[in-house]
Amino acid sequence: MIALIDYGAGNLTSVRKALSAIGADVEVPRQPSDLDRAAAVIVPGVGHFQATAAMSDAWRESILGALGNGRPIFGICLGLQWLFEGSTEASDCRGLALMTGQCDRLEGGVETRNGQSWPLKIPHVGWNALHFPRTSRMFDGIEEGSQVYFTHSYAAPVTGDAVAVTTHGRPFASAVERGQVFGVQFHPEKSGDVGLRVLKNFLDAI
Amino acid sequence: MLSKRIIACLDVRNGEVVKGVHFEGLRNAGDPAELAARYNEEGIDEVVILDVTATIENRRALADTVGAVAKRIFIPLTVGGGIRSEGDAAAAVDAGADKVSLNTAALTHPELITRLAARYGSQAVIVAIDAKWVDGRAIVYVRSGQSGTGREAVEWAREAAERGAGEILLTSIDRDGTRAGFDCRLTAAVSKAVPIPVIASGGAGSLEHFAEVFIEGSADAALAASIFHFSEHSVTNLKELLRSRGIPVRL
Repeated sequence: MIALIDYGAGNLTSVRKALSAIGADVEVPRQPSDLDRAAAVIVPGVGHFQATAAMSDAWRESILGALGNGRPIFGICLGLQWLFEGSTEASDCRGLALMTGQCDRLEGGVETRNGQSWPLKIPHVGWNALHFPRTSRMFDGIEEGSQVYFTHSYAAPVTGDAVAVTTHGRPFASAVERGQVFGVQFHPEKSGDVGLRVLKNFLDAI
Repeated sequence: MLSKRIIACLDVRNGEVVKGVHFEGLRNAGDPAELAARYNEEGIDEVVILDVTATIENRRALADTVGAVAKRIFIPLTVGGGIRSEGDAAAAVDAGADKVSLNTAALTHPELITRLAARYGSQAVIVAIDAKWVDGRAIVYVRSGQSGTGREAVEWAREAAERGAGEILLTSIDRDGTRAGFDCRLTAAVSKAVPIPVIASGGAGSLEHFAEVFIEGSADAALAASIFHFSEHSVTNLKELLRSRGIPVRL
């Protein structure tokens, strides 16, 4: 069973639907102890970093406990940001600190390319390319430069944990991997065939 | 670099796509799920389902349509038309919508924008603005363009963004249905005034029109319905043309 954590930030329908489409046995745990039965934990989420504060210490401990027992954890969007130490979006909220660094706001403005100026909007909404500084099990069979769907205003720094980098004004970590900890800033459940393949690769890595 | 998005709009009434569809090889060309799946294969970036009747009786039919489309495609799906309350938005989201588009209700109850943004995140809230040029000013209209609000589109777009909208869907009433091209002047005015993405709508008649609205109109995305339904132009052809003009797309 794959545990899909619901901490009230946004809706889980899309993630659940995409996981079911690739044959995953998904369950939304009601209490932290339900994670004892989980083969892997997925932390989805959209919106404000503050929303992660809704996750009580009991949930945090259960998620870290599952990881300690060798169960992989996979953060999506805000779920990736939560893997870091924190975010300037809500500096009083601490992250899981499984990755080093703080998430920070992307900067809007103007971008020049092909001799043309393009507006650089925040939030970063739409399809953008993945570049792979190193290989990751998540991107098995996925070509360098493949585009996936993003929607966010804050982003994680590019560190040694970054396995995909995307640029919107500045480069940010669009995917991270360290041991059994995985995260993607984009929405694999909304990124067509590429996104479904990422989810499938994660399931295969469990 | 972020791609410019091409969005297909399905105008739906009683579970059927209206405006007619001329695709060969579709079992039922009026079936929204079949059509959405076809666009998805061609590389459309998003789909919008617009409930053109938006009556209470049709709410159930709409939820079924949204559910059927959401089962077939794994790209962003927006539902608009008659979203008047938090309950309407919740029904659309529960059926599988990733975003809802508010129009009249956003004007009459602007606090709804903030409430929905708090509940689902700003990325899930699109404010649709229908505008028309009147004496050199772009004025916001409601009720399918029948009544003017006296408000300027730029000013309303700014307020909507401040209240928590994640995107603006801007339709030119002057151009809608004319196939004379998008209103680049209107689009550029709004797009340059707000920090959030602007989706241009109304007037697409040729593939060239999309290049214009991205370059001259500073649009972040462009939405069209009938150009994809009626013509032989495919989404793939459109994206190839845009790429040849140096416009970033997902191909």
